[in-house]
Amino acid sequence: MATREPGDHAAFAEKFNRDEARVNWHDETLWTVRKRRDLRAGQLPEWEALRSKASMIKDHTLSNLHDYWVQFEKNAIANGARVHWAADATEHNIIVHDILKTNGVAKMVKSKSMLTEECHLNEYLQDNGIDVVDSDLGERILQLADERPTHIVMPSIHIKKEEIGELFHQHLGTPKGMSDPQFLTETARHHLRDVFLTRSAALTGVNFAIAETGEFVVCTNEGNADMGAHLADVHIASVGIEKIIPQRKHLGVFLRLLARSATGQFITTYSSHFSVPRKGKEIHIVIVDNGRSRQLAREDFRNALKCIKCGACMNTCPVYRRSGGYSYNYTISGPIGSILAPNLDMADHKDLPFASTLCGSCTNVCPVKIDIHQQLYKWRQVIVAEGHAENKKKLAMKAMSGILSSPSLFKMAAKGFSWVSGILPVAVKNKFNAWYHQREMPEVKKETFTAWYKRNHKE
Amino acid sequence: MSSRDHMLGLMAKNQPALLPLEETKLEVISYKDPVRQFAETLTAIGGKAIMVKDFSEIKMRIREEFDTTKRIVTTIPEFSDLAEMFSASVLPHSFENTELTLLHTDFAVAENGAVWITEDIMGQRILPFICQHLAVIVYADNILPTMQEAYERIASRRYGFGSFIAGPSKTADIEQALVLGAHGPRTMTVFTLNV
Amino acid sequence: MTVGLFIPCYVNMFYPEAAIATLSLLEKLGVKVAYPLQQTCCGQPLANSGFEKLTAGCDELFIKNFSSFDYIVCPSGSCALHIKDHLHSEKNKTLASEIKTKVFELVEFITDVLKVEKLYARFPHKVGLHQSCHGLRGLYLAQMSELQAPQFSKPEYLLNMVEGLELIPLERKDECCGFGGTFCVTEEAVSVKMGKDRVADHIKNDAEYITSADLSCLMHMEGILKRNKSDVRVIHIAEILNAQ
Repeated sequence: MATREPGDHAAFAEKFNRDEARVNWHDETLWTVRKRRDLRAGQLPEWEALRSKASMIKDHTLSNLHDYWVQFEKNAIANGARVHWAADATEHNIIVHDILKTNGVAKMVKSKSMLTEECHLNEYLQDNGIDVVDSDLGERILQLADERPTHIVMPSIHIKKEEIGELFHQHLGTPKGMSDPQFLTETARHHLRDVFLTRSAALTGVNFAIAETGEFVVCTNEGNADMGAHLADVHIASVGIEKIIPQRKHLGVFLRLLARSATGQFITTYSSHFSVPRKGKEIHIVIVDNGRSRQLAREDFRNALKCIKCGACMNTCPVYRRSGGYSYNYTISGPIGSILAPNLDMADHKDLPFASTLCGSCTNVCPVKIDIHQQLYKWRQVIVAEGHAENKKKLAMKAMSGILSSPSLFKMAAKGFSWVSGILPVAVKNKFNAWYHQREMPEVKKETFTAWYKRNHKE
Repeated sequence: MSSRDHMLGLMAKNQPALLPLEETKLEVISYKDPVRQFAETLTAIGGKAIMVKDFSEIKMRIREEFDTTKRIVTTIPEFSDLAEMFSASVLPHSFENTELTLLHTDFAVAENGAVWITEDIMGQRILPFICQHLAVIVYADNILPTMQEAYERIASRRYGFGSFIAGPSKTADIEQALVLGAHGPRTMTVFTLNV
Repeated sequence: MTVGLFIPCYVNMFYPEAAIATLSLLEKLGVKVAYPLQQTCCGQPLANSGFEKLTAGCDELFIKNFSSFDYIVCPSGSCALHIKDHLHSEKNKTLASEIKTKVFELVEFITDVLKVEKLYARFPHKVGLHQSCHGLRGLYLAQMSELQAPQFSKPEYLLNMVEGLELIPLERKDECCGFGGTFCVTEEAVSVKMGKDRVADHIKNDAEYITSADLSCLMHMEGILKRNKSDVRVIHIAEILNAQ
């Protein structure tokens, strides 16, 4: 499950669309979340000002990232936490494993962390004999199903309750055919409570690291991060370098935006601020780069690092809702994933910036005002410039460029409609034309506007 | 070179020229009646808001609302007739069978129904999370309109741990169906003291 | 004031009636209009495919065709936006930046430049308005549903001046139709599904016509409507505003 499957976004999306009823269900479920987000945002007259403020704070932070992490480290150490630095995923996994080894821990409980998904930590630890249990219900479901998250906030949004019922029947002994969410959640509660009580190490993600105080904030609805961390002897918190904010009071901006944008809640049930370890216990903070500093260097794309991982861009994306999270074939799906992934491996993710109509809805819902759809457009230019376009496409585009630059060539070409197939694939009516499979061609009119104009406006 | 120096070096090298951090304060929403707004918000997120005039009324309501034959843990000495006083020296795991935890709060927030509790009044960090039911007390004049005022109140106070808690533990990970009582408390009751 | 009429290449070929209506409407509103015969295409299909670098020839031609006009008006939000956002010339920097401020989509030209308050048009039908994404989120022809800001809609403002026209409500008033240029073939499955869903919203709400300030969206939805033998028709907003 760690390796990328072969295929591009269009191919995966086509597969997802073979079951239209399921696409409708996926689309409606996420659209409901988008509507709830609109409702919550609309209740605050200062909503747009809040977004601007959050954006400004993050822009500033990225321009002073070095100093803020130095400051954070100093304060965190003074608080009694231990700070580790991981340049990439492998180093992150080694550090986590070392902490566990040092403390003689063979079983760990983990709350939701997209960073550890990105690092494929679970697989690494399991290969090294560590038992890892994900405690977020959605992630636990995925773990039982041996699947990856399809959404950064609602990781199992693609799975139906009947399928979860079957998984629970197989793994947790619930009655066959039982798919009531209340019942299944209650089962998971008992199952995971035993886990929390028997793990001496807990790993959590980090929503915000605060430079000024050296504390970090973890947001959950289930309370799983707290159940894990407050019962364990060792709390490991993995944090990407983009997650820092300068001051504690800035949480008064970000915590107002995060849950409203993510799920349409006023705030997550728990926003826990970890500063000093419990007496005799340990907090380890693992700071991870894994390509982020490279993105920081890309002027056109660095502000994608402002992301607070709310997932609003996914919920609003008309493509994501109808292609499913797996179609992106990357840890972070949807529009934000499409502008983050090419930074890590352009050749591998060259399809993602094209998996969009550039409708711009993502940019409008983004609580930190990342210009997502503009970056998708810019990534397309970079991907082509760096030679990742297919030769066939390159030739077609070159030919079209010549035709469109020359009125006389254009006129000749227009008669045979050959140019149109480059721009609009609506001219050739055959089975090779993807337009025509499910859509009629526009009618070719007897006379073009130009011809009509010439006939009627003799000057 | 250590990864630390390597990473910090890359940050220094790749970050853009310093952009300003404007300190302008936002004009935020104000509520005519923050106490009422808090109660409405808390109710909307599955919590229960109960207005009371004193501790004896809280005791009465606890007896009505909860199974007092089961384990009730508190950090508030005034409730030691009803509940067991927490112990800082026992394993946090030992609170596993707690039916109800009763705690003070520092303040509450009207816009989102959250209460702020720091470690010093939490007793053990696990207490508000491990119980089946959570009840907290907030003074009406400690209900602030928004998170902006909340962080003005917290300011640079030091704490080992602090949490905003807004309603019962919940999940919607199964088909977005809301279920209360994921891993933490199944209910949250906030007694608002109007004195 | 002379307006240069900028007709997108596919409109010229497939929807000449919309171009004729645009010209006629502008003339009716007292505008002097000229149509440069040497125009081809704005170059957007190249740019959106990642080949912005190949649009230099298109850009120079566009400047040559249109720089002499006071305004440039286009019955397509998408093409107008492309010029506004991406027209670029090393040789004619000033002309290029001037053009960016002079190019208008038809609806915004009527509401913002001509400031028309009354139209003499009649179209006694139930009409669903499709907001093209580029017109909406690029040119701000209306308030976007994602933003918490005062409501306005330039196309609705004009459509409300049309006698007999009934605007129908939509469940998702500004979701993309899935055309997206080459997206419609490279991502056929999602594109078609988006188009089907958009059309269904209009049909469910009893539209007789779907109108828009962008024909590319309409062309996409028309392809789906026709394939499904629907009676619902698409019509460019200029044809409604010009209807008698």
